[in-house]
Amino acid sequence: MNSFDAFKDPALCRALLDRLVAEATEPFRFMEVCGTHTVSIFQSGLRSLLPKTITHVTGPGCPVCVTHESEVAAFLDLAGHDDVIIATFGDLMRVPGPKGKNLKTAKADGARVEVVYSPMDALAVAKANPGRTVVFLGVGFETTAPVVAATIKVAREQNLKNFRVLSFHKLVPPALETLLADPDIDVDAFILPGHVSAIIGAKPYAFVAAKYHVPAVVTGFEPLDILAALTDIVAMRRDRTPAVHNAYTRVVAEDGNPVALAVMDEVFAPADALWRGLGKIPQSGLVIRDAFADFDAMRLPGVSLQEVPPLAGCRCGEVLKGKMAPNECPLFNKACTPATPVGPCMVSTEGGCAAYYKYQLEL
Amino acid sequence: MCLAVPMEIIAIHDKNADVQIGGVTRQVRLDIIDAKPAVGDFVIVHAGFAIRRLDREDALETIKLFQEGLNLELI
Repeated sequence: MNSFDAFKDPALCRALLDRLVAEATEPFRFMEVCGTHTVSIFQSGLRSLLPKTITHVTGPGCPVCVTHESEVAAFLDLAGHDDVIIATFGDLMRVPGPKGKNLKTAKADGARVEVVYSPMDALAVAKANPGRTVVFLGVGFETTAPVVAATIKVAREQNLKNFRVLSFHKLVPPALETLLADPDIDVDAFILPGHVSAIIGAKPYAFVAAKYHVPAVVTGFEPLDILAALTDIVAMRRDRTPAVHNAYTRVVAEDGNPVALAVMDEVFAPADALWRGLGKIPQSGLVIRDAFADFDAMRLPGVSLQEVPPLAGCRCGEVLKGKMAPNECPLFNKACTPATPVGPCMVSTEGGCAAYYKYQLEL
Repeated sequence: MCLAVPMEIIAIHDKNADVQIGGVTRQVRLDIIDAKPAVGDFVIVHAGFAIRRLDREDALETIKLFQEGLNLELI
């Protein structure tokens, strides 16, 4: 056992859970905004062990899910270009776009689509295919954006001329602000994403408590991390002292990772972005700066964001805002299952609907 | 998507490192990590890049605080 395994130690978790059950007398709803938290809370069994007073709500934390309909349409369109090879993380493959198309059907229709584990693998695809442009689909939050930025810098160092990124990266704090400013959203506390925070630190969330008086805790992904965050939230609510705390100090520094932030800032500039369900959020996306224009797939001829009709019947947008539980959607486990997903929240393993289907469904 | 895995550094070659966990070995980039890790350190790995070094002392301290706070025997 290494020193980090203690964060899933059953005896320690049970003791902290017992304390949480004893102390959580006032009901509250907490939201996580990270797909890895969603999965962790379901998979560890914590969701079923939480006291009745605590309601877990899953928010817009799955990058695949929040990728806007028009962005999905744009990359599906690009996949149809003869001279393009799409390189992507695997979880985008089945995200449905207009007319039932997705990257898998595009591939069946002759498009070149390569699943990669790292954007660096996309550079290798570019080197092996000098006659084509390799476009990496840049989807993800602040955890992923510096990785993609560093890859673009390596592509420049290696003088690669046929590698580009379609940057649909999104930023977490502006989305939190949008949720907090919406009077219809019923959330009393947040647990904040550990690996986004590994990059940006805890400071950018200060407004959550300072402006909206909502307690929030940055935390990790082991059961003890989640329980520690919830125990802290209960204490802050009891004492009426909302603040933003960091319970993931073994990874998250107050100022984050300055090297990663500098690389991200060198390559990308903040810009308004479209989110599925949340709409346009000011300064919540990242576009490639002019200095790296040669690596920007948005600047290829014929690439643009067009308005597309929403997916018929899909309530993913409501689920992403915590306004609807997955099983309250009329399509859930009827027209929409992981085998036949209607919307992205059922496609991605980190989607709220997929997690609910896999771990929560009463058979 | 922001899934990131703690892995142990077993060798460092300039901007790359070999890392392992549970018998799986991979190569990761060190371009964006803010403190250069050493062999034996654990790093958080995301999409082929090490993004942060895990602070072992901090982890031990956190666990100790919980054990004391919950009156548990040391594990």
